[in-house]
Formats: sequence, C-alpha cells, structure tokens
Amino acid sequence: MLVDAIVEAIRLAVTRIPDDVVSALSEAHAREDNEVARFNLENILRAMEIGKDGLVPVCQDTGTVTFFVEAGVGSPFLGEVKGWLVEATKRATEEIPLRPNAVDVLIGRNSGNNTGKGVPVIHWELVQGDAIRIAVLPKGGGSENCSALAMLTPSEGWDGVKRFVVERVKECGGKPCPPVILGIGVGGGADYSLLLAKKALLRRVGERNPERRIAKIEEEVLEEINALGIGPMGMGGKTTALDVKIEVAHRHPASFPVALVFQCWANRRAFVEIKPDGGVEVWQ
Amino acid sequence: MAVKLRTPLSEADVLGLKAGEVVYLSGRIYTARDSAHRKILSLPSEELPFDPEGAVIYHCGPVVRKTEMGYEIVSAGPTTSARMNRYLDGILRLGVRGIIGKGGMDVEPFKRRAVYFAFTGGAGSLAAKSIKRVEAVHWLEELGVPEAVWVLEVRDFPLIVAIDAYGNSLYR
Repeated sequence: MLVDAIVEAIRLAVTRIPDDVVSALSEAHAREDNEVARFNLENILRAMEIGKDGLVPVCQDTGTVTFFVEAGVGSPFLGEVKGWLVEATKRATEEIPLRPNAVDVLIGRNSGNNTGKGVPVIHWELVQGDAIRIAVLPKGGGSENCSALAMLTPSEGWDGVKRFVVERVKECGGKPCPPVILGIGVGGGADYSLLLAKKALLRRVGERNPERRIAKIEEEVLEEINALGIGPMGMGGKTTALDVKIEVAHRHPASFPVALVFQCWANRRAFVEIKPDGGVEVWQ
Repeated sequence: MAVKLRTPLSEADVLGLKAGEVVYLSGRIYTARDSAHRKILSLPSEELPFDPEGAVIYHCGPVVRKTEMGYEIVSAGPTTSARMNRYLDGILRLGVRGIIGKGGMDVEPFKRRAVYFAFTGGAGSLAAKSIKRVEAVHWLEELGVPEAVWVLEVRDFPLIVAIDAYGNSLYR
C-alpha cells in the first residue's frame, strides 16, 4: 500500500531528526561554554536520541502536516495522490501518534485527526517524468508564529533584507525554539516569496545556495544572527541559528519582497518517491 | 546548585529560588494553554476542577495515546509562554506559584509571588520521561487534546529557574 509509505515518511519526519541537523546541534554543544545554553543543548541531544528508534515524536508539536509534491506528469497515480496524503495524515495521527492540530477557525473545534479545510497543506508542482516525489514537512506553531513578510522598496535591496531578518530574529528571541533554521524567500511577489521561504527549509543544514553571491549572503546573515547572543531557547549562548537558506525569484520592478519562515531546531523532514510501477523509496 | 522541590509550592519555596538555578520538580502539575487559561479565568474559583493554591501550571499541549487504563503521555515539551502573558496576572492571583514553559514571559507579575521555570522547547520526548502518570484530564471534549488541562504526576522534572520572584530573568 502506497499510503503505508507516506505514513512511514511522516513517522520518520517526526521521530528522527536528520543527521545534518544532529551534527550541527552536536557542534553547537561542543563550542558552548554558557551553562544554561549547555543545559538546553544537552536536553536537545538527549531528546533526539530518544526519537531515534522511531517510536516517540521528538517534539510534542508535530505541527501542521505539510507536503510539497513534485508530480511527474507521466505518473499513473496523479489522480490518487491527494487522497493518499489525506488518508496517511489521518492514519499517522492515530498510529504514531501525532498531536491533533487542525482547528476550525470559526468554532474553535479540533478535528482530532489533523485534517480539515485546506489541511494537510499540499503544495503541487508539475514536473517532467513519471515519478511523484513528496516532501513531508511537519511545521510547528511556535516557529511558524514568528514568520514575517516585508515588501521592501528596491532601493532598500539586499541591505534591507539583512536588516529585516536580523531585526525579526531579535524581536522573536526564544519564541521560535532557537537554534533555528531560517528560510528566506526574496522576489516573486508576496505569496511566492513565502512559499520559497518555507520550501527552503527542506534543504540540508550546511548546504549553500548554488549561486555563489546568494551563498555569501546566507553566510553573512548567519554570522550576524549568531553574533546576537540570543542563544538556545533565548537564554543566551553562541548559537542562535544553525543555518540560513535563501531562495530567490525575479521580482516586479517596483517591489522587493522578502519573506522569512522560522524552523525550530527540530528541523523535521522526510521524502517519499513513488515510482510508476508502484515501487516506493523513503528517505530523509 | 540543584534544588529538589515538590508541588504544591509554598511561598518560601518560591522566594528561595534564584534565576539560573536547576530545579528537579516532583508532584502534580497542570497543563494549560490559551483556551484553558481563558476558561480558568472565566470561572469562579470554587468551580475550578483543581486547587490553584501553590499549583504549578505547565504551558504544554502533549501528544497523548489512549490506553486501556486511561491515557499515556508520549511527548510533552513546553509551548511558547508569551502567548499567555495576557492571563498571567489573573492566574497568579489565584495562588499559582510556578509556571513551566519556554521562551519567557513578562517579569513584573512574578515579583514576590511566583517563578517561571524553563524547560527546553522541542525536547518533548525527553520531558515525557519525567512524566509518570496522567492523573486526570479536564475539558478534553470541549477543548481538544492540545488545549485540555492534563493533570500530570512528574518525578524529578529538570527545569531552570528562568525568571525568579526578584525580577531577575535569563532571557535576552
């Protein structure tokens, strides 16, 4: 059953923190001498260790289940994938279990199974080929609440982007569960910059944007943020962000949109690929 | 440096704590988030399902598994406390002496009467190790799993005093 593979990917995402994130957190622990920061980082390392066996969600906020789907136009399963994603979300909620996080905006009622109007969130992209590749991003509320969008003027440009991001990180302090990973989307309009920012969180920690000039800005922003001293959980320390990921699109001549999406240290993700013969592969 | 405390907390317990100290907390704690705070403050105190005097409130919406015997806590780290700033004074007036959460809160309301304990956000799998039992749950049907008041028995829950009763805070 292909639904099983999607449930497994959700399980992997919420219980096992990817190796690149674990390494970055271990390094942060090794260079920290602030006692409170060490208390927090040691708890983080222990929590990730407990999650490794795939039985316990590392963070109790298993998030809004969010999927990014690259759907090969030649796949025989195009018409079925959406139903599978919804079904897998319901089953994962029951079986792993996940915390039910879908609340009716009018009456405040929790649906109890993480599905409802517009959720799980599914972002579609049609691509060439006959495979369907699904990225699972369980997105926690504490970090999501710090998201921000600025419609800068073109004259503010990249200096404005840096100022905006650093100010927002300062403002949010310990709320998004630092050390965070930042997704930044620049250009493309208000909606698309936010989508780029969120999708950027799927990149591995340490992986730079292939465009050299953007990679340099990623490094500069990271350095500036870690100089703030906010530290793990906002209680001081050397590491406030593990990484900064920037994605860009062309902009309107009059606009310079910049979107910022925070991901907590529990930077969860997993991928499933559904091949045209029904074979599946699940990885992080 | 580390202090062992048991709930309910006395005034002396609270006034003896300094920001930066590690506390191992045992006894009964109550989870509450936005909706539970609104509900608690909307009721006359004699109608509350628990005694707030000396109580410790945990800003947490756990992952819970239903068992034959009742409920089991699977993962239960803290949620962002700042959302509850608007209810803080009201909750502390009821006699609550400790709040557990993450990210910090307004410092002023804690002065001379309560402390804020931090646990590491996101480390829900580790926090669950200190939770020994679900004693009861209130308002589950009405508020849903994350927002219900879960009555938990904890043993040696490792916390940091992040805001003490003297106006000291570890937050930057």
